Amino acid sequence: MGAKQTRAEKYQDLMDKTGFSPEQIKNLHTRFQQLSDNEETISREDLEKIPALANNPIRKQIIEAFFDKRNQHQNEVGAFQEIGFEQFLMVMSHFRPPTLKTTEEEKEAMRKEKLRFLFNMHDTDNDGTITLEEYRKVVEELLKKSGAIGLEAAKAIADAAMLEVASTNVPHMAPEDFYEGITFEHFEQILKGLEMESRMHIRFLDVDTTTMRCGKSKS
Amino acid sequence: MADLRPSRSRFCPRLTAAFLCVFLLVFLHCASASRDAVSGGNDTGIRPVRSTQEDPHDHHGNSTEHKKAFPVLAFNFEHVRKPFEISMWILLALLMKLGFHIIPRISHVVPESCLLIVVGLLVGGTIKAVEGTNAPVLDSKLFFLYLLPPIILDAGYFLPIRPFTENLGTILVFAVLGTLWNVFFIGGTMFAVCQIEGAGLGDVNLLSCLLFGSIISAVDPVAVLAVFEEIHINELLHILVFGESLLNDAVTVVLYHLFQEFSREGSVSVGDALLGVVCFFVVSLGGILVGFIYGILGAFTSRFTSHTRVIEPLFVFIYSYMAYLSAEVFHLSGIMSLIACGVIMRPYVEANISHKSYTTVKYFLKMWSSVSETLIFIFLGVSTVAGPHVWNWTFVVFTVFLCLVSRVLGVIGLTSIINKFRIVKLTKKDQFIVAYGGLRGAIAFSLGFLLTDSKMKHMFLTAIITVIFFTVFVQGMTIRPLVELLAVKRKKESKGSINEEIHTQFLDHLLTGIEDVCGHYGHHHWKDKLNRFNKKYVKKWLIAGERSTEPQLISFYNKMELKQAMMLVEGGSSAKLPTVMSSVSMQNIQPREPPRRRAMPNISKSREEEIRKILRANLQNTRQRLRSYSRHDLMIDPFEDNVSEVRLRKQRVEMGRRVTLMSFHLCLPEHQVFTYDDTESPRSAEMKPGSAAVQLLNESPQRSDQSDAEPNAKQDDQEEQLKLSRCLSDPGPNQDQLEQGSLVS
Repeated sequence: MGAKQTRAEKYQDLMDKTGFSPEQIKNLHTRFQQLSDNEETISREDLEKIPALANNPIRKQIIEAFFDKRNQHQNEVGAFQEIGFEQFLMVMSHFRPPTLKTTEEEKEAMRKEKLRFLFNMHDTDNDGTITLEEYRKVVEELLKKSGAIGLEAAKAIADAAMLEVASTNVPHMAPEDFYEGITFEHFEQILKGLEMESRMHIRFLDVDTTTMRCGKSKS
Repeated sequence: MADLRPSRSRFCPRLTAAFLCVFLLVFLHCASASRDAVSGGNDTGIRPVRSTQEDPHDHHGNSTEHKKAFPVLAFNFEHVRKPFEISMWILLALLMKLGFHIIPRISHVVPESCLLIVVGLLVGGTIKAVEGTNAPVLDSKLFFLYLLPPIILDAGYFLPIRPFTENLGTILVFAVLGTLWNVFFIGGTMFAVCQIEGAGLGDVNLLSCLLFGSIISAVDPVAVLAVFEEIHINELLHILVFGESLLNDAVTVVLYHLFQEFSREGSVSVGDALLGVVCFFVVSLGGILVGFIYGILGAFTSRFTSHTRVIEPLFVFIYSYMAYLSAEVFHLSGIMSLIACGVIMRPYVEANISHKSYTTVKYFLKMWSSVSETLIFIFLGVSTVAGPHVWNWTFVVFTVFLCLVSRVLGVIGLTSIINKFRIVKLTKKDQFIVAYGGLRGAIAFSLGFLLTDSKMKHMFLTAIITVIFFTVFVQGMTIRPLVELLAVKRKKESKGSINEEIHTQFLDHLLTGIEDVCGHYGHHHWKDKLNRFNKKYVKKWLIAGERSTEPQLISFYNKMELKQAMMLVEGGSSAKLPTVMSSVSMQNIQPREPPRRRAMPNISKSREEEIRKILRANLQNTRQRLRSYSRHDLMIDPFEDNVSEVRLRKQRVEMGRRVTLMSFHLCLPEHQVFTYDDTESPRSAEMKPGSAAVQLLNESPQRSDQSDAEPNAKQDDQEEQLKLSRCLSDPGPNQDQLEQGSLVS
């Protein structure tokens, strides 16, 4: 009795913080238990064990994102070694979709939050800008399955992309000026057309235990 | 305002010329038709043979019988009658299309489809007035076999895949359930209406009403395309209405044949209804399968066409057309087959065919579909004048009214169900546009025309034509002001941003990864699986050479560079790359080295300006040289067997990149491995050993590795000279390299 009550309170707390519904929190909790082998926290190794992630070119960045303190919205920087369920949920909350009731300002805020998440994934050294080196790394990771051609082209593509960001945001630079890196505002500007709030989401509605390991969940 | 006056004085002679052409065409039609009437009979097949046989006989007769003067000039129209008429019609269509764009005011208010129908009405009226009853009618065979496929192929080949697949569920619900609802609602209510005393409709039974309903309820892709293309609405709404109009063909085909069979039989049993449901699945899935097979065949064939570039576009067209015809043989859905073929074929074919073949395919499809569309609307107008009409006020008015009501109810009802499953919900504005965009068109007319002749058929046809006119004219004309009034989101201008492409891909991987962490096998998971399967097995089979392993990001990037390069080369000196209205160059973003002595401490600003001017002037010469070079290139391309298309493409990309970079960089940082050769610079004599250092970002990775290594080596001894000459050098492509790139013959 007592345990259930605290769980309900805990869920209420989490609901307020992350905006998930109780069923969703319960489902994610089940998954968390699975990943952590019924312990309280998960570490990087636990996430690396997921077989389906092995084929993903940006696996490392994704796993890092879970342990990144910046994604916890508490104005800290650095990285955790292990995270608990609450931190897990906070990271997941970045992928909630907007509903019919979401107002324009809320959509704007949502978009900013999602873009911030992406920005943090690229900006690995926490200095607030994405430098050319970091951007090159991003593109290299995307193309790393393609061998040597991929690496060469990655550099060219990253350079061209950086040039595009610079020329859209700072149209007139003297030849000696140096464009430090992509700041968050420039990042927002350049990805304005993608409408992040509608694209960066996954369907949490039908995540339940029976469909987790095998089979397609209906959505 | 001042602009209008000269254009007005200009358009008067053009307008009169256009009208003269119209009258000439009509006159010739009538002349040929009357000649036909005089000769009595309309089997033109025999006629030309007879007339050609006559001539030699006459000739012989002349020479043996009596000395008649040799006929210098003879009039033999029958010989070329059929192709002549076809060409005349097409010419009329094209001239009309031309004419509308010269008169700007009308085309802004009235959509083109309306104008074309009006022209058709005029032409039909003229023919009828001059001729009597011999006006041509939109033959169903002509429509379904020749006029419709190009439009559908154009739509299917250029279908934007991503929004289509993202909204596939919604589109299918609208197409299948929406059309079913429309059919039964309209059919049922019309039957109820027909029971009303005093309407004179007592002989129309339920099955006929349902048949009529199945003809009239399908949203027409031609009409939707014609209207929606001009209003530039946002991608989601466009793909919803358009996708619905394409996919409801399967439902229409099944229901039409079903009710036709039943109304012939006279009764229907439950078993028949079940068979109907099975038939639906067979028709749609069978059609898609047929298209799929032909698409794979087409892709496979295009893998081997590297030596015969000229016929590449034909493969695309012929395979698609065969897919359509094969589906029609089995009464499967030809439209779905055509779309499946185009969609499957496209990614592989585009990777295989040359750039010019791609352009050819694109332009031929656009051209054919444009001509078809124009002809369809004109014929619609002509057939309206021609066909026997049976006007029944009750029937027609109720039909129009019910079409509107059922559409609105259907959309609202279905959206409330769909929104439970959608992430991005459809707002009321969206629903309104979807409902309002349900236009009927020529498909409905042709299906009605195929019915067996009877008084009921004429009544149906009249009602169908009225509905078509209503939707095209009223809804077509008012949709644009309504869109503006409701402030519906318009299509955003896509500039092909490399950042967006990078992040789209990044997002795909990210979302797949998060789904995997959640243990949730959602859309992204399956999409990712499909992509990997595609990359691993399918691409190897269907794409030739090294393109098969090229990741999408690189091909996107290459395409963009190629486009920019071609724009620059073709535009000449006045061309400006649209994206760069800024003075930012590569140098601005390169990581800055710890400050070294500047290479040119003594040169003043004005001198720098002078130097830059000189370099720019040289750049013009370079561009001209480039232009003639590339023209030579392009000419050799289709006929040379030894040309590796890939290498040529890369060469062109390099050239383009060179030119791009040339325009913006006059001064370079050290570590930049860059694309031009210093051999033409004023200090080239000293620079020779170092010139190898600054090489192209070349095709083979090894070479660039070398060149990467070289600057570092040379840095130490020739640092200053390098800097200086790089800053001053005229970035001209090396003569040797040009020739090396030019083709081995």
